[in-house]
This record gives sequence, C-alpha cells and structure tokens, in this order.
Amino acid sequence: MAAIWTGMVVISILCGLATGNGGAVGAAALEGAGAAVDLCLAMSGVLCLWMGVMEIMKRSGLSAGLSRLLRPLLGRLYPAFARDRDVMDSISANVSANLLGLGNAATPLGIQAARLMSRRTPGVASDSLCMLVVCNTASIQLIPTTVAGVRLAAGCETPFDILPAVWLASALSVTVGILATKLLARLWRD
Amino acid sequence: MGTFFTMLVPIIIGTVALWGMVRKVDVYSALISGAEEGLGVLIRIVPALVGLLTAVYMLRASGVLELAAEALAPLLTNLGIPPETVALMLVRPVSGSAALGVGAELISTYGPDSLIGRTAAVMLGSTETTFYTIAVYFGAAGIVKTRYAVPAALCADLAGFLAAAWAVRLLF
Repeated sequence: MAAIWTGMVVISILCGLATGNGGAVGAAALEGAGAAVDLCLAMSGVLCLWMGVMEIMKRSGLSAGLSRLLRPLLGRLYPAFARDRDVMDSISANVSANLLGLGNAATPLGIQAARLMSRRTPGVASDSLCMLVVCNTASIQLIPTTVAGVRLAAGCETPFDILPAVWLASALSVTVGILATKLLARLWRD
Repeated sequence: MGTFFTMLVPIIIGTVALWGMVRKVDVYSALISGAEEGLGVLIRIVPALVGLLTAVYMLRASGVLELAAEALAPLLTNLGIPPETVALMLVRPVSGSAALGVGAELISTYGPDSLIGRTAAVMLGSTETTFYTIAVYFGAAGIVKTRYAVPAALCADLAGFLAAAWAVRLLF
C-alpha cells in the first residue's frame, strides 16, 4: 500500500505540473482530506446501526443459522477460518447483505469479519483476509438500484432490463477475483 | 415488488428484532453495544480514508486519468470496449461518486438504451469502488502489509469491465 499511495501522489504532482493543473492538485489534496472525514461521518450512522443489528443476530443465534447455510461455500473460500464461528458468522452476514444489494449493511459486517481475522496476523493481510477484500471489491449485487435510478432519470422505460448483463458481469468478475487471489496466494513472495 | 425492495431494510431489522425477542435476547442492549463497537471501528477508518482520498483527489485533479484514457482507448477498443467508457473504467476503482457522475453523463448523452449507455450502466452495477473498499477494510483491521490484495482486486475489476462490455453486446 505504501508504494501505491506514494505512486499516486507522485504521479499526480508530475502530471499536474505537465498539464498545468498544478494549482488544482494542491487544492485537491486538502479537499480530499476533508472529504474523507465527511465520508466517515456520513457512513457512521449506518455503520453503527448494522453493527448493532449484527449483535442482535449473534446473540439470538440467527447469524449462526445463516453461516450453517453458507458453510459449504464459505468454508472452501476461507479454509483457515472454517472452524472459527465468529468469523464465519460475520462473513455469512456480509455475503447475505451483498446478495440483497445492501451495500451499506455489507460494509460494516465485512469490516467486523476483517477485524476478527486480523487478530491472528496483526498488521499483515492473510490469504483469507485478501479473499474477503477481493470478494467485496468485486461486489455481487443482485439489484443495482443506484444505476437503475440514473437510467430512469435519463428517460429509460425499463431501467432493470440490464439485470442479466449485470449478473453475468458480476459473476465473471467475482470468479476472476477468486481465481486471481488463489493463484497469487501461491505465487506471492513477501 | 417495488415496495418490498424499498422496505427491505426495515423488514430485515424488524425480523431480526422479533427473532431476538422470541429467543429471549435483550434486543435493545444488544443493539446499543453493537453500535458502540461501530464507533470504535469508525475512528480506525478515518486515518486510512484521509490518506486514500487525499491521493485520489490529487489524482483526479491532475488530469492523469484523462491522459491514460486517451492512451488506452485504442487498445481497449480492440477488446470490444466502447472507447467512450474508458474514462469510466479508470475512475471507477478510485472514486464512487466521480464514477457515478461520469456514468450518468454517458447515459444521458448517448441515451440509456444505447450500447454506450447500457455498457456504462452495467459497468457501474457490476463493480465496486475498489480502493475505497480496500482502505476501509484494511484501515479497520489495522492492516499495513496489504500483500497481493490490490492486484487481485484490480484483476476482478478488469474482468468485470470486459464482461460488462461483452454481456451488453451479447444480450442486446
């Protein structure tokens, strides 16, 4: 991450100077830092709400039931944590929220799983943690409501006719992500 | 069906609460203690997002994405991706709001039922703001060494974009 971040900053400066956007880059740096705090504040309510709902699910045994249902699939994706009930419960809730298209709920639930996973390898992304992040960046969204709203606003009469295409693309993207993660897990040398 | 989806969140929360009551869980105190834990998570995410968004905003302002889009357009056209959507592909992993802006622009310019408009919509619908997700997850978990997470996630994004372009050509 250190190299990527430094790279982004250096490229921005060089390109800003080359294209004459230097001033804009300077202003954007400060603007971005402020926007990060705004974004965190904006998501804070939803994050706390879903972590609270997850706690109810955990205490009432609902998340355990969910993870029993998803174990055949998730146990294979996260072999290192297949026997860790807390982690499996959180991942199951995260996957369920993703499938329902509740991105706002999926993030706090996934974060919960990530924090539990990181206890075994503090500071280092284990293979399972990489898998969790890749699965969440690839997004399996069944109902893309935001995009449908944009299409509707542009005068589309059937905003949901793209669904099969979205599912196809999502499925392919998740599959490639999982394969790439499994492959890199073998090839990667720290 | 429409009402069901708009009511999905309250329905889920209500069901979970009722189930908790049935199982004799102190639903409210569980909710509050979970929410309190959420605050701690939030504080750990702030620094990671400050770092990321500073770089992302600089990148966007510098115009490098437009330059890269121009350079990559011929290559991606050969792969079946409409050149108009290349800018969207580049901005999608780094900024969700900017990507939605670019996508909405394409959809309204070319029409929601055009090849370009549909491709843009499918690209938006089938991918995520990769760098944001990575920053949030790893920030909350205190991960410094991200190992191969970024390249693997970008592989998935690229596959998603190609699949989006092909799926639209195939299905419409």
